[in-house]
Amino acid sequence: MATGIRDKVAIIGMGCSRFGERWDCGADDLMLEAFAEAVADAGVERDRIEAAWLGVFYQEQSTSKSGLPLSMALRLPNVPVTRVENLCATGTEALRGAAYAVAAGAVDIALAMGVEKLKDTGFAGLPERTKGTFEDLWQPGFTPPGAFAQLAGAYAARHGHDMATLKRAMAHVSWKSHENAVRNPKAHLRNRIRIEQVLEAPMVAYPLGLYDCCGVSDGAACAIVTTPAIAASLGRRDMVTIKALQLAPSNGVELAHASWDGSHTITTPVAAQRAYREAGLSDPRRELDLIEVHDCFSITELVLMEDLGLSDAGRAVHDVLDGRYDRDGAIPCQPDGGLKCFGHPVGASGLRMAYEVYTQLLGRAGDRQVGAPSLGLTHNLGGIPNRNVASVSVLGLHRN
Amino acid sequence: MSEASLGVRACGAYLPRARIERATIATATAWARGRVATAAGHRSFCNWDEDSITMAVEAARSCLDGADRGRIGWVGLASTTPTFADRSNAGLAASALGLREQCATLDFGSTRRSGTGALIAALERPSEADDGLVMAADRRLARPGSPQEAAYGHGAACVLVGRGPGLIAERVAHVSLACDFVDQYRETGDVFDYSLEERWVRDEGYLAFLPNAIRLALERAAVTPARVTHFIAPTAARVSQSIARAAGLQEASVVADRFDACGDTGVPHPLLLLTECLERTSPGELILLTGFGQGADAILLRATEGVRSARRGAAEAAFANGVVDPDYLRFLSHCGVVEMDWGKRAERDARTAQTVAWRRHRDVTAFVGGRCRRCDTVQYPRTRACVNPECRAFDTQDEQPLADTGGLVKTYTEDWLAYTRDPPLVYGNVAFDGGGNIFTEFTDTRPGELEVGTRVRFVFRVKDVDAARGFRRYFWKATVAR
Repeated sequence: MATGIRDKVAIIGMGCSRFGERWDCGADDLMLEAFAEAVADAGVERDRIEAAWLGVFYQEQSTSKSGLPLSMALRLPNVPVTRVENLCATGTEALRGAAYAVAAGAVDIALAMGVEKLKDTGFAGLPERTKGTFEDLWQPGFTPPGAFAQLAGAYAARHGHDMATLKRAMAHVSWKSHENAVRNPKAHLRNRIRIEQVLEAPMVAYPLGLYDCCGVSDGAACAIVTTPAIAASLGRRDMVTIKALQLAPSNGVELAHASWDGSHTITTPVAAQRAYREAGLSDPRRELDLIEVHDCFSITELVLMEDLGLSDAGRAVHDVLDGRYDRDGAIPCQPDGGLKCFGHPVGASGLRMAYEVYTQLLGRAGDRQVGAPSLGLTHNLGGIPNRNVASVSVLGLHRN
Repeated sequence: MSEASLGVRACGAYLPRARIERATIATATAWARGRVATAAGHRSFCNWDEDSITMAVEAARSCLDGADRGRIGWVGLASTTPTFADRSNAGLAASALGLREQCATLDFGSTRRSGTGALIAALERPSEADDGLVMAADRRLARPGSPQEAAYGHGAACVLVGRGPGLIAERVAHVSLACDFVDQYRETGDVFDYSLEERWVRDEGYLAFLPNAIRLALERAAVTPARVTHFIAPTAARVSQSIARAAGLQEASVVADRFDACGDTGVPHPLLLLTECLERTSPGELILLTGFGQGADAILLRATEGVRSARRGAAEAAFANGVVDPDYLRFLSHCGVVEMDWGKRAERDARTAQTVAWRRHRDVTAFVGGRCRRCDTVQYPRTRACVNPECRAFDTQDEQPLADTGGLVKTYTEDWLAYTRDPPLVYGNVAFDGGGNIFTEFTDTRPGELEVGTRVRFVFRVKDVDAARGFRRYFWKATVAR
């Protein structure tokens, strides 16, 4: 009987590049920037890494295919490198590969790297691409903001909220992330904004305005993982271990079946419940000290609070407005600024979230430290509400 | 009913929703034309995603409302503005309508008379059980500032031809005259028509050929001109009055040209007027339908008892349901006469994988989904695995036509970032009546028009244009059920 990977894998080193419009950097430079920090943090030689996973989403924009870009950027000694891609859950998927390899006993030390170089496309926003040869024939020519914007109307209709109240709660989500990012030197957007500014911003995709949308950034983040025993042998006393790593992709229900009402995601609750079970959490609202969720758009973060089981159905609007997820609230959400302000280099985002939770758990977050957390959650939602991949990880302090 | 019992089963009309006031055009072009007499009324024009094929399909859907499509074995599409020069336009329309494969599909064109010409061709088929579907559509373009810009309109009409019983009008007689009289022309590949002097065309064209064709048709039918109740002429009413006088018809028989409501739609116009006429005709009344262009057609029809039970008001609604667009530049853009800057998102490659398009042509062109035999779940697209999470059975789905299934808006957005030639791109999820969901584009929908729960229906439209390869693909889009 499988028992999951709780506490079988320790993270001994993490790194994250500065996110933003890195006109000066290619994907290889970004990976090296993140790796240099991680390898110094881990205190192991580069050649101790026995296998690596590379997460990159828009490979056609920057790195090209395969695991070679990582192997070559870091001049790894011909160890296996596997390239993975699972929409915006790509970074977390890379971590899953590395963690499973360690948990399986296949290798002692593994590397998970996520990277995205988006600012070589020549325009703002995410690159346009095919949705699939058949899908192109019938699916709308949607953009991410437009696809996610639809959550808002359906959520408001389902729970009887008026759009003005919902918009104000959404504005609070973005305002909070900007406040948090001011304290984060690696964040892409480090400016304060006013709620009114959010509400009055130009419309991107109704009802999402400019400030309801996250940044498009370049960046890389990585993790070096091993077993807790090896971590201890390397002198680690307080260490961060992986409590759970779960993934739930859509199977088509949201696209074709009448049962989905479009006001939430089907996959996130599935991934979350599996992760809570794997991590042994019985009351995540009390047990989680901080969360990093996929706030690609303000409405996404708001709806996710319910999908993760942290707010009651229909109540996230009030919880958000009451400051429950602010940095001084009951469950600080995106203390690093989130996708909204830290930025969203797609393939790196999952690992960037893990980086923040890891940093907070170890009490290294400096100016933005939120108390003395012992358990944190990361969540990605890749794709769009109609077809997506949800990932949930739980990371915690593990005391030998 | 007479011995022939051959005639019209049903008619349908379609006009694009968009209209532009002639005064708007006159004002916008006054700097170039000087002060010109402002013509009254408005004209229709296509949204960017409409063309002769999509309009023909909509006219046919209106015509075939409730009809047995399985009886149709002959399809004609008449247009001087067909989308494809090498690909059957009629065949694509027949495919969108879900007609059976054993079907003759013929394109008619190259003269404004091809609408009445196609109808005559349908009427002249040898005696057989199959019904014939005659579609006519035109999306004629005009140079900004030209008289045609205000005079033309876009539209389509459709006539279902068959043998009795069940006719609303029977054929009495018809005649065609051919003459290479050049009142206007457009060479292959050109965009705009070149028109000759109006008074010469009236005197030497309309007033020469039409009275002649009318006389011949009435002689064949042994009917005196005075007995004609409705005279449908392919030109402006003031010219039609002269034609009527010249042919001995009662002036009161001249059917209103409706140029005030939609403009001169070209090939479909006589059939458009016939559609409206048959909605207010009594049994026994004679209808004289004429066409003009390098000659003339005259078709004499007699309304049957069946006309009493014919659908009423559909054509009138097509004329009345327009929405006036105050924006002259949007009119030019939708016509493709000016090319706006659509930003870098418009650079996306819209290549169609034709192998896939063929494999899935029933799904895409005819909008056929699946229905699971085991759990009865309707789904789009039809796949080999049922989407119902309680079922998920393999290979259990039968075809489920969805084109005429309405639905309710479940989610929506108005996206100002996405590329469309009619911003914002409106899209969302629609719950089909009877189950199933589709993530779909909306068309002819202005910002603020949709709410969760808005009732919609589906229309056949251009999905994407592949400028690099000179191809466009079609799919069905939701629009507000009005």
